[in-house]
Amino acid sequence: MLEVENLSVSYRGISALEAISLSLMPGELVGLIGPNGAGKSTLIKAILGLAPCQGQVLFNGIPLRRQRRRVTYVPQRSQIDWDYPVTVWNVVMMAQTKSLGWGRRPGNEAKRLTSAALDRVDMLTLKDRPIGQLSGGQQQRVFLARALAQQAELFLLDEPFTGIDKKTEAIMVDIFAELSAQQKTLLVCSHEWGDNLNRYDRLLLLNRKLLADDRPQAVMTMDNIQRAFGSNMPSRFTQPRTMRLVS
Amino acid sequence: MDWLLDPLNYDFMRQALMAGVLIGVLCPVVGTFLIVQQMALLGDVVAHAVLPGLAIANFLQIPLLLGAFISGMISTFVTTWIQTQSKVKIDTAMAITFSSFFALGITLLTTLKSRLDLEELLFGDILGITVADVWQVGLITVAILIAVKFFYKELLFFTFDRLGAEASGLPVNAINLGLMTVITLAIVAGMKTVGVILVMALMISPAAAASLLTTELHWMMMIGSGLGVLSSLIGMYMSYFLNIPSGPAITLTLFVCFLLALLFSPSQGVLTSHFSMAKGQNSLD
Ligand SMILES: Nc1ncnc2c1ncn2[C@@H]1O[C@H](COP(=O)(O)OP(=O)(O)OP(=O)(O)O)[C@@H](O)[C@H]1O
Ligand SMILES: [Mg+2]
Repeated sequence: MLEVENLSVSYRGISALEAISLSLMPGELVGLIGPNGAGKSTLIKAILGLAPCQGQVLFNGIPLRRQRRRVTYVPQRSQIDWDYPVTVWNVVMMAQTKSLGWGRRPGNEAKRLTSAALDRVDMLTLKDRPIGQLSGGQQQRVFLARALAQQAELFLLDEPFTGIDKKTEAIMVDIFAELSAQQKTLLVCSHEWGDNLNRYDRLLLLNRKLLADDRPQAVMTMDNIQRAFGSNMPSRFTQPRTMRLVS
Repeated sequence: MDWLLDPLNYDFMRQALMAGVLIGVLCPVVGTFLIVQQMALLGDVVAHAVLPGLAIANFLQIPLLLGAFISGMISTFVTTWIQTQSKVKIDTAMAITFSSFFALGITLLTTLKSRLDLEELLFGDILGITVADVWQVGLITVAILIAVKFFYKELLFFTFDRLGAEASGLPVNAINLGLMTVITLAIVAGMKTVGVILVMALMISPAAAASLLTTELHWMMMIGSGLGVLSSLIGMYMSYFLNIPSGPAITLTLFVCFLLALLFSPSQGVLTSHFSMAKGQNSLD
C-alpha cells in the first residue's frame, strides 16, 4: 500500500502542491486528473522523491525512497529527447540497470525479461529500431515495456495516453487490467476527460490541492470541474461527452 | 611517401602525433555525452575556465594540469549552481561562467607575470608537447576509457532519461559528478595539443559527425574516435608543413569531416537522403 502524507512541493518559493494526502491499495488502478500546471507531474515526481518536497511517502510502511526497485516510472513524453541515439531494445534494457549492478552486462535473465516485455507491448519485431524512428504510440509502448521489465509493484505513469493510436490504447488498457489483477498498484496521470475515465477504479482530481478522491462517477461532476478549472473553464467543458482537458 | 615519414625523424613530432592520436580517441568519447545531453557548450565553458587555474598553478609552482583541473571543475559547479538557484537557463549560465573565468584567467596571467606562453595555451603547439605530456595524456585516456566502459549502462540511462534513472535508484548526483570530472580531465589532457580555445572542437565535431552516421551511442563514440584520430593526424601534419598552430589545423580538418558527414551520410545526408528519397527508398529501413 502506498501512503502519501501531507506532501507539499514548492519551486523557488512558489507552491506547486499543498499538503497532499492519499493512499493507494494493491490492485488499484487510479487516475490522476487536473488542468495543465495542476501539479500532476510534480506529484508523481514528489512521490518518487525527485522533487524538493516535504511530507512522507511510505510504501508498505517503509519510506519509498529506500525501496526504489519496487516502483517504476514512465516519464511524460515531452521530457524525453527522442533523437537520442538508442534502440528500442536498449531503452527497455535500462530497466535492468539497477538490478544488474555496476559493471555487469545483461545476462540471460535480463534478456528474457526485456524480450518478454517487448513482446507484451507488441514491439519485439522493432527491437533494433532507433527510438526516434517510431510513432508516438510505439514510443509510449516502449516505455511501458521498460516499466514492465522492471517487475515493480507500484507503477507511476505520466500521461501515457497522450498522443497515441487506438492500438496502443487498447494494449495499454489491457496491460493495466492485467497488472491490477496481479495486485500491482497503478497511478496514471491523464488529460482526458469523459467516459474514458470510467476505466479507473478511482479518480484523484488535482489542482495544487487534492480537490476530489472518489469513484469516477462521483468525481466527474460539473461542480468538481468548476472547482478544478475555476472561472477560466474552456467552453468545451460544458459538453461532458466530448470533454477533454487539453492545453 | 617521404613526406609522410620525414616528420617522424623528429622527437617533437613523434610526441605530437602520439598525443594527437590519444586525444583523438578520448575527446569524441567524452564529447558524445555532452552532445546527447544537449550540453555541447559545457566543453567550451570548462576549456576557457581552466585558465585561472593555469595561472595560479604556474605562480605557485604546482603541476599545471592540477590547477587546470580544479579550476575547470569549479566552473561546472558554478554553472550548475547559477542554473539551479534561479530561473536563468543553462545556456545563459554557461555564457556567464565561461566569459568570467576566461577574463579572470587572462587577468591573473598578466598580473602574476606568468611566463606561460599564452598563444601555446590557447591554440596548441606541436613543439611544446613533451614526453611527460604524452604519458599524462596516455594515462588520462586509458583511465577514462576504462571508466566509460565499466559504467556504460549507467551513463546511457542517466544521459537518456535522468529522472527515470534517478527514480530507479541510480545515484544521479554521483554519476553527474563523474561525468563532469571526465569532461574536465579530457579537456585538460587535450589542452596542450589543440589549446583551450579549440579543444571543444575535438570533443564535439567528430561526435557530431558520427551522430549523423549512426543511431547508437557506442557507435557514435567509436566512429567519433576514428574521425578524431584521423583529423588529429592530418592536422598535425598540416601544422608541421604549413607552420600553423596545431589547434586550428586540427579544428579545420574536423570541420571538413563534419561537412562530409552532413552532406553524404547514407541515412541523413543533405545530398544523399534527398537522392534516396527521389529513388523512392525508405531511408528509415
Ligand atoms: N522544475 C520546475 N521549476 C519551477 N517550477 C516548476 C517546475 N516544474 C513544475 N513547475 C511548476 O509547477 C506547477 C505544476 O507543474 P506540473 O508539471 O506538475 O503540472 P502538470 O499538472 O503535470 O501539467 P501538464 O498537464 O502541463 O503536464 C506549474 O505551475 C509549473 O510551472
Ligand atoms: Mg505533467
